[in-house]
Amino acid sequence: MAPPVASRTGFSRRAQYSVFIAYVAAGVGVVVGALLVLLSAFDPPAFAALRSGVAEITTPISSGFHGLRRAATVPGGLTDYFGGADKIRALRKQLADEHAIVMRARTINRENARLRALLRARDVDPTPVVVARLVNSSGSSARRFATLNAGKFQGVEPGQPVRGPEGLIGRVLETGLNASRILLLTDAESIVPVRRTRDGLPAIASGRGDGTLDIRSAGSVNAAFRRGDAFVTSGTGGIYPPNIPVARIMTDARDAALGQPFANPDALDFALVQRAFLPALPPPPTATEAK
Amino acid sequence: MTAPRPSKFGEPISARRRSLVAAGVVMLGSLLPIVPVVASIPYLPPFGLLLLLAWRLRNPAILPVWAGAPLGLWDDLLSGQPLGSAVSLWTATLIVIDILDHRLVWRTFWQDWMIAAIAVAVFLFGARLASTPLTAHVDGVILIQIIIAAALYPLAARACGRVDEIGQRPR
Repeated sequence: MAPPVASRTGFSRRAQYSVFIAYVAAGVGVVVGALLVLLSAFDPPAFAALRSGVAEITTPISSGFHGLRRAATVPGGLTDYFGGADKIRALRKQLADEHAIVMRARTINRENARLRALLRARDVDPTPVVVARLVNSSGSSARRFATLNAGKFQGVEPGQPVRGPEGLIGRVLETGLNASRILLLTDAESIVPVRRTRDGLPAIASGRGDGTLDIRSAGSVNAAFRRGDAFVTSGTGGIYPPNIPVARIMTDARDAALGQPFANPDALDFALVQRAFLPALPPPPTATEAK
Repeated sequence: MTAPRPSKFGEPISARRRSLVAAGVVMLGSLLPIVPVVASIPYLPPFGLLLLLAWRLRNPAILPVWAGAPLGLWDDLLSGQPLGSAVSLWTATLIVIDILDHRLVWRTFWQDWMIAAIAVAVFLFGARLASTPLTAHVDGVILIQIIIAAALYPLAARACGRVDEIGQRPR
C-alpha cells in the first residue's frame, strides 16, 4: 500500500490557503523555538517559573512511583549472612588494627577543640534546611538535573548545597513551591572547589556529563594524582561547606585526572539540603545611597 | 450546540478527535522523564518525538505541520533540554518529512524507521549543542541514546497504530 501523501490541495482556494497558513505557522514555530533557545542560553533561569509549574504536577506522581520502587526493592542485607563467620573474624582483626588510630584521633580531637577554644575560632555550622528525596532526573537530556521533592514551602532556595549520606550530590538551581531542580555534580556546567584529604592540595572538580568528574589541580603545577586519592569540598567560593566528600581518583595522572563521585544520587536514600556556606554579599551601594 | 449522535452504522471518531487523541498520546510519551530514576548518563529515549514521528509517518492528515511547536514546548518543560530546542527541531522535522513525502512516493516501514532514526539523531545532537558546552564528554553516551531510541521506534509505531485502530474501528 502506498502511504497517504501530504496535502494535495487540487483547485480549492480554501484548501490551498489553509495549507499555506499551516506552513507559515510551522515556520514561525521554528524561528520562535530558535529564539527561545538563544534566550535560554543567555539567561538560563528565564523560564524557571514555567518549568517549576509543570514540576509541581509531575513531582507528586514521580514521588509515588519512587515509593513503589523502594517497596519493590529486595533488601540487600540477605546476602550478608553467607560466610558470616569469616566476615566477623576479618572485622575483629580490622577493629584491633585500627584501635591505635582511633585512640590517637581522639587525643588529636580533644587537643584541637582546646586550641580552637583558645583561638576563639568561630565555626560556621552548616545547618540543614530540609531532608527530602530526589525523585526523578532529566534522563533523556544531556544535562544532569534531578528533581527534589521539596521547594520554597520547605525553605529551599537556589544556590543551597545538596548532599547525601556518602557525599556531595549537587546544588539547588531553581525552586518551585513544593519541588526544586538540582544541578548534579556530574553536569557539564557544575564546578566544585575541592582539596585532597591527604595533604590539602587545592583542586577544581568539574562535571564531564557522563557520570564522572574532571579533577584539575588548582595550586601547584605538575601535581601528581594517585589512584584512590579522596577529595572533599574546600569551602572556597562560599556555596559548599568544607569537608563534604566529593570524589575519588580513578587513574594515576598528572595535573588533571578522572574522578568517581562518592555520592550515588540514585540510591534509595535521602538528600540533605544545607544552607549556603557563606551568605551572598549585600549589593554594592548605589550612587544615590552614597550621597 | 450538541455533538451529533454517533451513528449505529459504524462511523469512526471525527478527524478533530483523532488529532486530539494523537496529541494526547505524544504528550503522554513526553512524560517518560518522570520515571523515578536519577540517571547519571542520559539513556532514556525522547519518547514524545518517537510517537510524534510515528503519527506523522502513519498519516499526514492526523497532526498539522505546526503541531511540533506546542508539543515540543510541553516536551521542553519536562525533559530538561533548553526551552525551545524541541519547539524548533520538532517543527523543522515535520516540515522536512512533508518535503520528503513529495519526493519518496512509495515508502514502507523500513524507510519510516530510517527517517525516524535520522530525525531522533538530529534532535538529540541539536539539543546537545544547545544545552551543553562543546567540551563536555557526552557525545559517546548520546550515540548510545540514539541507538536505544532508534531501536524503540517500532514500539512507538505499534502503539500509535493500536490507538488509531481502536478509534477508526466501526462502533
